[in-house]
Amino acid sequence: MEPILQVKNLTHTYSLGTPFERSAVKNMSFDIQEGEFLGIIGHTGSGKSTLIQHLNGLLKPTEGQILLHGKDIWSEPKKIREVRFRVGLVFQYPEYQLFEETVYKDIAFGPTNQGKSGAELDHCVREAARLVGIRDDQLDKSPFELSGGQKRRVALAGVLAMEPEILVLDEPTAGLDPAGRENLMANIRHYHENKRRTIVLVSHSMDEIAQNVDRILVLKRGGVLMSGTPSEVFARAEELLSAGLDVPQITRIAMALKRRGLEIDPAVYTVEALERQINALRKGGAAC
Amino acid sequence: MLKDITLGQYFPGNTVAHRLDPRTKILLVVLYIVALFCAKSWGGYATMAVTLAVCVKISKVGLKSLVRGLKPVLFIIIFTGVLNLFFTPDDHYLVEWGVIHISQAGLVRAFFMVLRIMLLIMGTFLMTYTTSPIRLTDGLESLLGPLKKAHVPVHELAMMMSIALRFIPTLIEETDKIMSAQKARGADFESGGIVQKAKALIPVLVPLFISAFRRADELATAMECRCYHGGEGRTKLHVLRYAARDYVALAGGVLICGFVLVLRQFGL
Repeated sequence: MEPILQVKNLTHTYSLGTPFERSAVKNMSFDIQEGEFLGIIGHTGSGKSTLIQHLNGLLKPTEGQILLHGKDIWSEPKKIREVRFRVGLVFQYPEYQLFEETVYKDIAFGPTNQGKSGAELDHCVREAARLVGIRDDQLDKSPFELSGGQKRRVALAGVLAMEPEILVLDEPTAGLDPAGRENLMANIRHYHENKRRTIVLVSHSMDEIAQNVDRILVLKRGGVLMSGTPSEVFARAEELLSAGLDVPQITRIAMALKRRGLEIDPAVYTVEALERQINALRKGGAAC
Repeated sequence: MLKDITLGQYFPGNTVAHRLDPRTKILLVVLYIVALFCAKSWGGYATMAVTLAVCVKISKVGLKSLVRGLKPVLFIIIFTGVLNLFFTPDDHYLVEWGVIHISQAGLVRAFFMVLRIMLLIMGTFLMTYTTSPIRLTDGLESLLGPLKKAHVPVHELAMMMSIALRFIPTLIEETDKIMSAQKARGADFESGGIVQKAKALIPVLVPLFISAFRRADELATAMECRCYHGGEGRTKLHVLRYAARDYVALAGGVLICGFVLVLRQFGL
């Protein structure tokens, strides 16, 4: 199957031709498959933000290409807006972009720009609000009356309402409390499962990534350090740690147990998987 | 794109020009402007041009960045030049073509006016290029100190100025971010007529104002938490003190200014 989005030899250099010249992304290549839940992780300055702004054409590659369904998104620069509707990007702290008088109008901003109106527009707005758990009676409120977590949901709905083929989320849970975080991630997971749409999740919380995504892309200094399923990536936990990145807490416990001499595969990242391994060891030990 | 705006950007360095007391530099710029407006003919302008060239040399600020500072006022420079070139009355014209009359006096005058504006801007820019905004406001506050007696809130004004300068880059960055976010939702800032373009800015301006107010509020709280209560009895980490080089520089400035005034008396 052809990947939905391909990043080919992407390089982006800021302030080209000045003494401040700096490459944020260097010769990066990877694919995103249709329906996939991809997690991108990396340190501050690893090029995450620069990368995702290329996915919907906010930044233009210095070198290389971004292919959406096999077609270079910059082949017709005039139609770059189309790309932005198809690849929905939710920035960090998106609640700071709310501007309309009511929640409804703010969510409708994107689809209105798409040219939707009437019943179609209404359907998009209500569906998006439902997906993120905004109640109907909240739609007529001013977005500035809502709590921080709810504002963020409204901002997320504003992108979902454009019905993008790919949803790119930059640190969607940053600054939320643990309950708000889990709640929002549950909404996102739910959206992924029901709509079967492609999601790219950028985060620096290893636990959040490990629990949600199908595949992880680890970035380091503007390049791809690793790519694979969570178990493949966490099997190389030592490497992650030496690259200055975190591993999930469960993986860290498993690694510590292994160092103490227990026969444990450290590539686990959920409580259940570790529990199974420990139980198996116990039974094995009893048999001895 | 917004990041390219420079508002008297500071170029860090460690030359004599950088180390001079900011008050000295402000006074020198005032002297420089006075001298520049007193210069009347070739002698005066040449003196000023040489003075600026020497200062630029000392400060090690690239001539390129100084010339770049002229870009925003290019229109005014050209306008002044053209106006003086075509509309200086004289008995005898070099070129007469329709309404266009070019006289020798006009040529000379246009040249002087353009030179004056360029020297004026480059001179003041040289000061902001070699003085950090904080030091500049410190210097201004100290120079305007006597006005406190007349109940002018000098400290408050200086504080407002340094806060404003401090937040310019932050607000530019914020604007960039909000514009990107709205572009991601399909906002179009480029096409359409002037009304449409102005309307397209609403999704940027509303969040920008809200965040500016929020920041102001947070800053006020933070300042109050640290017991800020205005300038009364407030001491400074970096106390401004005149050094020998400042007296030398000031004496040099007064001499050059005097020299230009003398030249003016002789019509040179």
